[in-house]
Amino acid sequence: MFGPNLFHNVGGCVAVILFGIGFSNLLLQKNLIKKIIGLNIMDTAVYLYLAVKGYITGRAAPIVTDGVQEVEAYINPVPSGLVLTGIVVSVSVTAIMLSLTIRLYRRYHTLDLDEISMRLKKEGL
Amino acid sequence: MRFVQNFPFFSIILSMFAGIVSSVLPPRAAKWVNTVLIVTVGVMSAALLTFLSGTGEPFVYRMGHFPAPWGNEIRAGVLEAGMALFFCIIMLLSMAGGRKKLIGEVEYSKHSLYYIMVDLLLSSLLALVYTNDLFTAYVFVEINTISACGLIMIRQNGRTIEAAVRYMIMSLLGSGLFLMGLCTLYDLTGHLLMSNIRESVEQIMEQGVYTVPLAITIGLISAGLAIKSALYPFHTWLPDAYGYSTVSSAAMLSSLVSKGYIFLLIKIIYRVIGFEAFAQSKIIDVLFVFGVLGMIFGSVSAIRENDIRRMIAFSSVAQIGYIYMGMGLGTQIGMTASVFHILSHAATKSLLFIAAIGLTDVSRGSRRFIDLTGAGYRHKMAGAAFTVGALSMVGIPMFSGFVSKLLFAEASVGHFYKMLPAVIALAVSTILNAIYFMKTAIRIYVPERRMGREVITAGQEPVYAAVLVCFILLNIALGMLSQPIVEWIGTGLSMFG
Repeated sequence: MFGPNLFHNVGGCVAVILFGIGFSNLLLQKNLIKKIIGLNIMDTAVYLYLAVKGYITGRAAPIVTDGVQEVEAYINPVPSGLVLTGIVVSVSVTAIMLSLTIRLYRRYHTLDLDEISMRLKKEGL
Repeated sequence: MRFVQNFPFFSIILSMFAGIVSSVLPPRAAKWVNTVLIVTVGVMSAALLTFLSGTGEPFVYRMGHFPAPWGNEIRAGVLEAGMALFFCIIMLLSMAGGRKKLIGEVEYSKHSLYYIMVDLLLSSLLALVYTNDLFTAYVFVEINTISACGLIMIRQNGRTIEAAVRYMIMSLLGSGLFLMGLCTLYDLTGHLLMSNIRESVEQIMEQGVYTVPLAITIGLISAGLAIKSALYPFHTWLPDAYGYSTVSSAAMLSSLVSKGYIFLLIKIIYRVIGFEAFAQSKIIDVLFVFGVLGMIFGSVSAIRENDIRRMIAFSSVAQIGYIYMGMGLGTQIGMTASVFHILSHAATKSLLFIAAIGLTDVSRGSRRFIDLTGAGYRHKMAGAAFTVGALSMVGIPMFSGFVSKLLFAEASVGHFYKMLPAVIALAVSTILNAIYFMKTAIRIYVPERRMGREVITAGQEPVYAAVLVCFILLNIALGMLSQPIVEWIGTGLSMFG
């Protein structure tokens, strides 16, 4: 079942494992900074997946050099474009998460989300 | 091509530019830009709706005139145009109803930022409704998340920031899954446009290859969007986010943001995966189970709540459960019921949030039930509106909630083995709904002995009263004119195909 297919798709498998690592970090870590690191691992794993799927062995990046214009010379450019868009999105959500973390840290002097929730309950706001 | 066919694109780009322009405008001007924008987009959507009802054919709008597999596309049918119109109406009423409170809730210098977020929210909602490209959908899902997060955290206290963090974490988990599903789908089919993916998916299904990856893809996309729209048990962020943000934010978050994701999921089911393929997959059973659980446990949490706004928020969890239960039935009529419930819940929940704020205003700002005693007499308009909302949620005939419950019951009766759990869950959930909503409605009409409480009449807050009247009329219209609306949903869904 796992023989040649696994070897063939080793990049995709690594990407999915990384995705799992990032996902569980974002979900389970208590520390907010570690959560954000998990988020970035998760997003990067998706880019790795896209890059692997867009790559065709033996071909170059789709930038026309030396006048070579055959389609066969280049890899699929669409996934690269998707990766770029994805990076923009991921940077902006990371920025928002970091700014929220700073806000919470200034107010409560801790990065532990559960502890913050407990204090909020005590405040009874 | 007719001029009216440009309107979907115009409404998206107009709301985006309004957001950009508002960043340099003073708050007063930003407010007017926002109001004019929502009205304009509403009028354009209405024009589009009449045009599409006339032709009876959906159309595709090519961005930059690049042909199909490469270019980006917008697609509009009857259902999309109607949804856009409905979203505009709800947004306009929510903004107008919460405007007076906004001054006390948010610093005046930050009002421009608030309107930017609302403009961006509208643009992302419209894009989710109209887009024909999956990756564009992903980008606008993220814009929607960011602007919703801004709407939560603009009110500065510990609770809202914590709620915003929790909301972001849950949303990012959801969009991560959605993105991964989208990438595997791209890997399987090699396309990003919904219509092209559909063709490839049909081929794959015919050849009987890649069954496991396709099932995983459907699962990832459904799970991602379900997490983002706060399906039980992913609702932990919801009560704080709805309960402590500004009143307009709460109304819009509950009635528009989560509905945008659900609408996108419905669109993906019909236009990308194909309804038959989706109905055959095991994913719908999962959605069905979680929907049923949400209907029960959301209501149970609402009963245990002692704070009126958090109670309404928990009721949202139950109503989202209804929508997923209808989708999980896997029949056309179940889907129609779900779409109707999107409308009905949006109209009712925003009414409840806006009305609740009037009741707490006359109770010294307290949101606990014991302080709300007799609030219906002190603010007659808000009391009446809250009662209408409560009756509609419980499912009393004449109001919109009754029709959606009727449709859900009708849909579940036709199903072979999901009939019993669905009907039982509907009955139990209705009783639980009645317990907590009637408890509140009775509480606000219990005469209170202590004198000297503040009394607000409709004349003192004419805009607020007018908004509540509009909401009540909308609710009754949905309840009384259900037949044409259900027919419209049916035509719209068949146009998806």
